[in-house]
Amino acid sequence: MSRRIPVTELTPDFRGRAEEALADGQLRNNFRVAMDSLMSKRANAFQDADEREGLRELGNRIKAGALSHLPDLLEQLEQTLTANGVKVHWAETLEEANTLVHGIIEARQGRQVVKGKSMVSEEMEMNDYLAERGIECLESDMGEYIVQLDNEKPSHIIMPAIHKNARQVSKLFHDKLGEPETEDVNQLIQVGRRTLRQKFMDADVGVSGVNFAIAETGTLLLVENEGNGRMSTTVPPVHIAVTGIEKVVANLRDVVPLVSLLTRSALGQPITTYVNLISGPRKPDELDGPEEVHLVLLDNGRSGAFADAQMRQTLNCIRCGACMNHCPVYTRVGGHTYGEVYPGPIGKIITPHMAGLDNVPDHPSASSLCGACGDVCPVKIPIPELLQRLRQENVKSPEQPQQVKGGGAKFSRTERWIWRGWQTLNTRPTLYRSFLWAATRFRALSPKKAGPWTENHSAPVPARRSLHDLAAEHLNQKGGRPS
Amino acid sequence: MSELFYDAAPNATRVAPGRKPQRVYPDKPEAVTLFGTCVVDLFFPEAGLDAIRLLEREGIRVEFPQEQSCCGQPAWTSGYREEARAVARAQLDILDRSGLPVVVPSGSCAGMFRHHYQALFADQPDMLKRVQALAERTFELTEFLLYVCKVQLTDNGAPRKIALHTSCSARREMNTHLHARELLKQLGRVERVDHDHESECCGFGGTFSVRMPEVSGAMVKDKTRSLLDSGAIEMVTADGGCLMNINGSLEKQREAFRGRHLASFLWERSNVPGKGGVA
Repeated sequence: MSRRIPVTELTPDFRGRAEEALADGQLRNNFRVAMDSLMSKRANAFQDADEREGLRELGNRIKAGALSHLPDLLEQLEQTLTANGVKVHWAETLEEANTLVHGIIEARQGRQVVKGKSMVSEEMEMNDYLAERGIECLESDMGEYIVQLDNEKPSHIIMPAIHKNARQVSKLFHDKLGEPETEDVNQLIQVGRRTLRQKFMDADVGVSGVNFAIAETGTLLLVENEGNGRMSTTVPPVHIAVTGIEKVVANLRDVVPLVSLLTRSALGQPITTYVNLISGPRKPDELDGPEEVHLVLLDNGRSGAFADAQMRQTLNCIRCGACMNHCPVYTRVGGHTYGEVYPGPIGKIITPHMAGLDNVPDHPSASSLCGACGDVCPVKIPIPELLQRLRQENVKSPEQPQQVKGGGAKFSRTERWIWRGWQTLNTRPTLYRSFLWAATRFRALSPKKAGPWTENHSAPVPARRSLHDLAAEHLNQKGGRPS
Repeated sequence: MSELFYDAAPNATRVAPGRKPQRVYPDKPEAVTLFGTCVVDLFFPEAGLDAIRLLEREGIRVEFPQEQSCCGQPAWTSGYREEARAVARAQLDILDRSGLPVVVPSGSCAGMFRHHYQALFADQPDMLKRVQALAERTFELTEFLLYVCKVQLTDNGAPRKIALHTSCSARREMNTHLHARELLKQLGRVERVDHDHESECCGFGGTFSVRMPEVSGAMVKDKTRSLLDSGAIEMVTADGGCLMNINGSLEKQREAFRGRHLASFLWERSNVPGKGGVA
């Protein structure tokens, strides 16, 4: 049974949702198969390890460089875009962004919006906001279309419907659209195409995201594989692009390695089928393109991350999704378990700045710190290190200064006392050795249940003699000095 | 040696390890300190003793300071920086007394010394110097045997198929993900078989296993399944944490299959009882 989960109806905590997801064999299989395939594709796209590592290093330098003068680049971007005829809007909050978008649509008396894929619009919950105001938003990315049709949220930032297999999509199309059931993926795509084609023509406004905003030339770059991005940004008379402030880069030269890293890390493609470079509305002598182009630049907590030298690295992210594809936790629980717009390792480190750590208190702990995410990140975000940092912020006491929004959510005096006790044990050699002596001597009395550990393991029984004991005896016999 | 580090993706579904600068190894020292690690201390002490025996057979005097306890990792990964720092400082005081190279029979604790101590003391310049010196002279057992001792093992055991589990710390922090393979290759009658998703985490992650038992349990269940399906008779690993996790899960599932520490496996296969006098 696949789960139908509009995010608002989710089990309230991560562990509960994880438990549900883990019990869903179909869901787990869908993710395992899909993630295995994505990992293979990425590996094949980066066969030369030297080239891969060099490119990742370069990607990191470009993004870190752009962030180091982010305010200047944003100012330059506004100037060049304005000169190109693009109207630039600034939104500090989600509410502001939605109000701006709604205002632009209202000014044109728009009723129909067609959307290319945009995670920032998911962040804004734009579809709901506009629907409440009588404006219909239709997702035109195939995956987004599927999750919208099923009243779900995306489960992956690149492949929103990756939690469903072809049979489930077929059933959905049958139930909602009356289409005959088929597991032929091409036929399924044709269903989407037919429905969407007319919608592009009818739409008053097209909405899209942005992959890179280029300051020097005032260009919005958008990569995609379905052509829906190009349709959404060129067919309707108004195009509204929404993006986060961290997407700005200095110039077109910088974009080349970043696009290569993005497409190879995401889907193992040398390049996407479409690379859209949007540099303004239709000019008087041009035959197509929108009459108006708007860019909404969203902050939503990003400047908070920017202000923290370590957490600023989260803004390097180019949204390829490789970290989730390689994450053993994400692979098992899927994207919906995270209960947030951005799932997986990257979601765990960017969401606290957006929603506050107190809204995602379990996220930093939901990692074995295996490091696979950091290994594959195309812009070398040290994800495990940042998770470690968030764990510290999570357990800060109320007396300590909070450095991340919503910090201290997991603070517990009891747990702190446990760690204090642990500290005492491990800093007093006599006490530690007495503990070893007791634990080994009375091993038969060791508890049969050890909290959550014994849910998955047999009860741990100490050895008959500790290494301290064995080593002392061994080294004494040898005449060595047991220092 | 180069292919040890340049093995990009032998299994299409494994993470290709990032290429890191190759570590330059010193000549074999006269003496080392063994840092046993708390997990080996209490649950796999034989592995620690076998590590001592392997090192002694290479002509190295091994010291085991009785004041040592834990590297501090559990508190560090739980976000308790101050507590981790206090424990780390205690270990530093002990290890700095002799200043000998430190050999650790566990990837994650070695990674703690080599990498995370620097993060722990990043804001204390005087400590940072000591910590950097410790990082320089810390070796995971497999790299020490292979590249410092340049060990040559003779296999005295019967033919045996085994699976090898490599810890994420060995793979990503210590860059020793292929060293155990090399050591096992020296054992002529041991056949190492691959297992499915070999490069994937076993799900231990220290306190992760008790904070997120549902997810951690699913991970170790998958790991044990692939080990059981591999055709191996037993598993070998150079990390105490993974070993405790995997063996504990196998026992809970009432499977007879078990893993054991690489040090014990290597010692048992290469030791000739009654010869050499280091039993």
